[in-house]
Amino acid sequence: MKDVFVISENIITSLGFDTEENVNNIKNYKTGICKLDKSDFWTEPFFVSLINTERLNQEFSNISEGKEYTRFEKLCILSASKALKNTPIDVKSKETIFIISTTKGNIDLLKNSQDFEEDRVYIDKAASIISSFFNNPNTPIVVSNACISGVLAINTAKRLISAGLYKNAVVVGGDIITEFVVSGFQSFKSLSFGPCKPFDVSRDGLSMGEGASTIILSSETKSNIRVLEGASANDANHISGPSKTGEGLYIAIEKSLKNSKIDATEIDYISAHGTATPYNDEMEAIAIGRAGLLNSFVNSYKGYFGHTLGAAGLAESVLAIYSLKNNFLFASLGFENKGVSEDLKVIEKHKEVKLNKILKIASGFGGCNASIIFDKI
Amino acid sequence: MIDTCITAYCVINDNKIVINGETYFKDNESQDFNEFIKAAYRFSNINYLKFFKMDRLCKLGFVVADLLIKQTAILEKYDSKNISIVFSNRASSLDTDREHQQSINDRNNYFPSPSVFVYTLPNIVTGEISIRHKIYGENIFFISNQFDEKLLYNYINTLFSSSSTDCCIAGWIDIDKNSYKAIIYIIEKSTNNSKDIIFDTENLKKLYIKN
Amino acid sequence: MEELISKLKGEIIEVLNLEDVQPSDIDAEAPLFGEGLGLDSIDALELIVLLEKNYGLKIEDPKDGKKVFFSVKSMAEYILANKK
Repeated sequence: MKDVFVISENIITSLGFDTEENVNNIKNYKTGICKLDKSDFWTEPFFVSLINTERLNQEFSNISEGKEYTRFEKLCILSASKALKNTPIDVKSKETIFIISTTKGNIDLLKNSQDFEEDRVYIDKAASIISSFFNNPNTPIVVSNACISGVLAINTAKRLISAGLYKNAVVVGGDIITEFVVSGFQSFKSLSFGPCKPFDVSRDGLSMGEGASTIILSSETKSNIRVLEGASANDANHISGPSKTGEGLYIAIEKSLKNSKIDATEIDYISAHGTATPYNDEMEAIAIGRAGLLNSFVNSYKGYFGHTLGAAGLAESVLAIYSLKNNFLFASLGFENKGVSEDLKVIEKHKEVKLNKILKIASGFGGCNASIIFDKI
Repeated sequence: MIDTCITAYCVINDNKIVINGETYFKDNESQDFNEFIKAAYRFSNINYLKFFKMDRLCKLGFVVADLLIKQTAILEKYDSKNISIVFSNRASSLDTDREHQQSINDRNNYFPSPSVFVYTLPNIVTGEISIRHKIYGENIFFISNQFDEKLLYNYINTLFSSSSTDCCIAGWIDIDKNSYKAIIYIIEKSTNNSKDIIFDTENLKKLYIKN
Repeated sequence: MEELISKLKGEIIEVLNLEDVQPSDIDAEAPLFGEGLGLDSIDALELIVLLEKNYGLKIEDPKDGKKVFFSVKSMAEYILANKK
């Protein structure tokens, strides 16, 4: 089994087009979640975190000429291209695989295919357009597993590289805001009436966010951040409601710890899913408690740029890895008063803390849960 | 590498269910998929009212999984935390995505339905199967242009070598417009049964094409 | 009222895909959730859509639904009391 390292990364959200810009805004406790009074996404005003279209098109024109790309493809290509910059990775090599994480890809084309061919709404097509941009010779791997797609994609990359099947993986996650998803979450009555407040007593739902993020993993290029074992597990309880016992998430965490051969007490910090729906955050708190992790610091990044779906696991891992590298933890924006039954150490203010090992977790529709551990060496 | 075998497989295609190469159920009368899958459900004596609330992708995967789980008795053999589910298809959940889109096309008749929207993710079928059989293992859903035996083989091998998988329910479940196909394999550590099929890319592909 | 109750039963069976359930199987005064029909949280949300689509009535907070959706009878009473 080969060691796998995180060698580069990028985040694109409403708060910025690279990790540094996102981090700077987060350091200023800024949120990208705004009230949208009039839009094509929903019949009434609602809160959402959107990427600036003008800037996206302008930045994209710097890397591509001519050919037309969809919004989803532009975001993913731009994110991967920024992450690949200044890395020694040979994207044209058979030993480099692209792994794409998304829940809905080009779903906006379902309503209006615009000038794109009909099959562009199929995720495999969009994925191959993304990897072809970089002239990668492999068929990209697509992970589409609800809100845990990003964490699963990192874990898939880790496993395939560990087994020696590839030397490098460019893991790209993305999802755009569409009427399709907004109307669906509205029908579930799960959107918040203001910027979301993860783990807070007055949390009332999630805020959706647009985003793309990339993590590049490698066994041949090394760094001081190693990817340990990840795992996934199902709640076997309900297709949309989180388990009241946190069963699946607890199992996923336990498997990650056991397979990484580390003890719960070694986890310094947990980057939680923290969607700010009443049930999700309570479920996470219970699973964290059951796993013996109540001494680890916890935060959610959803208060900064919302729930970015297929990008969430990646973008949030990138920030967690930033914390790990810099021994600096970010506050959980929107959190004021504890609103879960377990005594979680939710981070209220940014702070410097020595970090060695961190855990990223995620949960989603279909009762799915995932976890992965990053280690500083 | 751990010695693994395909110990059973089930295919649903063309109004027909085949288990381990033998026709289990054939229905020449049903006019469409919904009628057929309901007839298959009744024929298989499955008693699970939630079945009727599922979308077409879930119904397809649910029936195949139910038959295979009965056939192989894997729930009695393994810790349900160590039974993994690895599925793939081309159309993701587009079959239901189109239905959800229909409900929001007209602002004057705008009624997105939560019971439709919840199925606009391909991995809900994994959830439905896990709920029915209380399976708590690893989950993943891959999207690929066509049946990708290499990806399934490579990924499933990493699951078996990670020590937390004893058995894997894996394969292809696709439904798109008027076509559908499901082929699911049960993969276990070698049981030394003469009927076992060696788990490799060649056999995965061979069974997929033959059916 | 009786007419509305029987109409509602038919609509509930249809939107919630209650296979093999006849309107006469549903007791108008018995709790809709919990035992019996085996309804869950998604069904509750779907009933909100039903009220809006067929009766023009909006329930913004799902918590308010608890009382309204206690039984078919309580749904009918709510519709009669609020219908414009």
